[in-house]
Amino acid sequence: MLEVRDLRKSFSGFVATSDVSFSVRRKQILAVIGPNGAGKSTLFNLITGHLAPDRGEVLLEGRDITGASPHRICRMGMGRSFQRTNIFSRLTVYENVQASLIAHQGRGLNMWRRSDAQLRDKTEAMLQSLGLADECDTVAGELSHGGQKQVELAIALAGEPRVLLLDEPTAGMSAQETGEVIRLLDRIVEERELTLLFTEHDMDVVFSIAHVVAVLHQGRIVANGAPEEVRRDALVRSIYLGGGMH
Amino acid sequence: MRRQTVTGVVVSAALFVIAATVPVLGSRYYTFVATDIVIFAMLATSLNLLVGLSGLVSFGHAAYFGVGAYVCGILMKAGGVPFLAAWLLGGVGGALLAGVFGYFCVRLTRVYFSMLTLAFAQIVWAVCFKWNDVTGGEQGYPDVPMPDLAFLDWLPWIGSLRSGDKFYFVVLMLATVSMLAMRRIANSSFGRILTCIRDNLERTQFIGIDVRRHQLVVFTIAGGFAGLAGGLFGIFNRGVFPDFCYWPKSAEVLIMTILGGMYSFWGPSIGAAVLIILNQYIVSRTEYWPLVLGAIMLALLFAFPRGIAGAVGAAWRSRDRFNA
Ligand SMILES: Nc1ncnc2c1ncn2[C@@H]1O[C@H](COP(=O)(O)OP(=O)(O)OP(=O)(O)O)[C@@H](O)[C@H]1O
Ligand SMILES: [Mg+2]
Repeated sequence: MLEVRDLRKSFSGFVATSDVSFSVRRKQILAVIGPNGAGKSTLFNLITGHLAPDRGEVLLEGRDITGASPHRICRMGMGRSFQRTNIFSRLTVYENVQASLIAHQGRGLNMWRRSDAQLRDKTEAMLQSLGLADECDTVAGELSHGGQKQVELAIALAGEPRVLLLDEPTAGMSAQETGEVIRLLDRIVEERELTLLFTEHDMDVVFSIAHVVAVLHQGRIVANGAPEEVRRDALVRSIYLGGGMH
Repeated sequence: MRRQTVTGVVVSAALFVIAATVPVLGSRYYTFVATDIVIFAMLATSLNLLVGLSGLVSFGHAAYFGVGAYVCGILMKAGGVPFLAAWLLGGVGGALLAGVFGYFCVRLTRVYFSMLTLAFAQIVWAVCFKWNDVTGGEQGYPDVPMPDLAFLDWLPWIGSLRSGDKFYFVVLMLATVSMLAMRRIANSSFGRILTCIRDNLERTQFIGIDVRRHQLVVFTIAGGFAGLAGGLFGIFNRGVFPDFCYWPKSAEVLIMTILGGMYSFWGPSIGAAVLIILNQYIVSRTEYWPLVLGAIMLALLFAFPRGIAGAVGAAWRSRDRFNA
C-alpha cells in the first residue's frame, strides 16, 4: 500500500531522516514511535510532500509519489493530520468539513453553485459519525483542543483517503478523551478499510491498536515489527530507559 | 427562500431603487457623484475578492482598472468599436494582464506578493505614461466618446433624460450585473475554497487544493472586473490618464475596501460611497483633504476595526460575511 525506500533528509547538515525504509500493507496499522526529535514528523512530511527528500523514494499503491506536491498526494488518496492541529479555525465546523468535501469532489473551481447548501447530507453524516453534529455552527477555533483534533480528523476523512497519517492524534488529551479517540480510530479503520500510520508518545495507545510498530531514533529505524517483539527489544528498551515503556 | 435571503433581496432592491432615483431627485452634480460611487464600488468590490475573500493584499489593483480604461477608450475612439463590445474587451484586457502578472505574483506570499503587485503596476503606469503613440503618454487619452445611448430613447422616462443621466443608468445596470456576478462567485464553492486559503494555506493544500492555481484564477477574475470598472470610468471621465494606473489610485481603492469592511461583500461599496462623499464635501471646504482624510481614517479604524460594514454586521448578522 505504502512503501518508503532509503529515505534521507538533512537540514543544513543535520540529518533528520536517514536510510528509512519500510512498507505498510493494506488495512494495517503502523505506529511510528521514538523520543522527541527522533524524526517522526519529518518522516510524515516527507511522505506527504511537505518536504522533499534528499534521496530515496515514496510509493503509494505502487506509484512513485516522491517529490509530488502535497495537494497531488492528497488527491491520490492520502489524508493526514498535523502535530500542531491544523484546521480552518475561523470557519465553522460545518464549513471545515464541507470545504474538504468540495475539494475532494473537484468542485474547487465551481463558481456558480452556491456553496452553503452543497453536500449538506455528506457533511452532516461525517459530523454525525465523529460526534461533532452538535458543534456544526461553532467556529472551529473556539472548540476545545480535543474538539479541534476531531475536526482535523473529520477534514482528513472527508477526502476519503485510503492511507491516513496522524501525527500524535491524542497529544494533550485527557485519559478519557484518549480512550474515545482510540475506539473511534479503531472503528473508522475497520469501517473504511483504511491503512493507518500514526506517531504517538503514549505507549498504551500504541500497544492497544498498532499491528506493527516502527521505532525511530536519531532519524533511523532501529526496530520494526510486531508490538510484542518491539517491546522486548533490548535496544528499544535502552532508548526508552526511564521513559514510558512498560 | 430563507428569511435572510429575502432580507438580502429586499435590501438590495431598495438600494437599487434609491440609486436609480438619484437623477430624478437631484441635480447634475448628484448624478456625477453617484456615477463615481457606483464605478468605485465595483472596483473596490473586485479588489475585495482578493483582499477580503482570499487574503491576497494587492497593492497594484489600479493597473487593471487603468488598462481596462485604455482598452475600452481606445477601441471606442480609434477603433469605432461599439460601446458594449469595447467595454467587455476592456474587461478581457484587465483579466489577461492580471493572468500574466498573477502567474508570478502568486508564487510569493504576504508582503512579497503585495510588493510584486505594486512593481507590476508601476511598470504598467510607466508604459502608459511613455507610450505616446497609443496611450497619449503623459497627456493622457482625451475625448473618449460618450456611447450612443439612442437605444434607450424608447423607454418611458429614462429616454428623455440628459445624456449624463442616461449614462448613469447604463453604469448602474452594468455595475449591478457585475456586482451580482461577483457575489455569486464569492458565495460559490470556489469562494468557500478561497476563504479556506485565506484562513489556512497549508491545510487547504492538504485537502487536495492547488492553492496557487486558485489564487491565480481569482487574481485574473478580479483584474477582469477592475478592467470593466475602468472602461466605465474612462467614458465617465471623458478621457483616460496614466494616473488611473498610478499607485495612489491602488491605495485609494484599498482604503475604500478596508474602511468599508473587507470581511463583508458590500463593505467595499460602503467604503467607496463614504470616501467619495467625504472627499467631495471636504475638498470644497479646505485644501487639506489628505490631512482630514488621515484623521478620519484613524478615527474610523479605531472605532470600527473591521470597517463600517463590520460594525453594522455585528449588530445585524449579515449573510454576506466571508466567515471571519
Ligand atoms: N524544517 C526544519 N529545519 C531544521 N531542522 C528541523 C526542521 N524540521 C525538523 N527539524 C529537526 O529535525 C529533528 C526531527 O524533528 P521531528 O519534528 O521530525 O521530530 P519528532 O520525532 O516529530 O519529534 P516530536 O516527538 O517532538 O514531535 C529535530 O531535531 C528537529 O529540530
Ligand atoms: Mg513530531
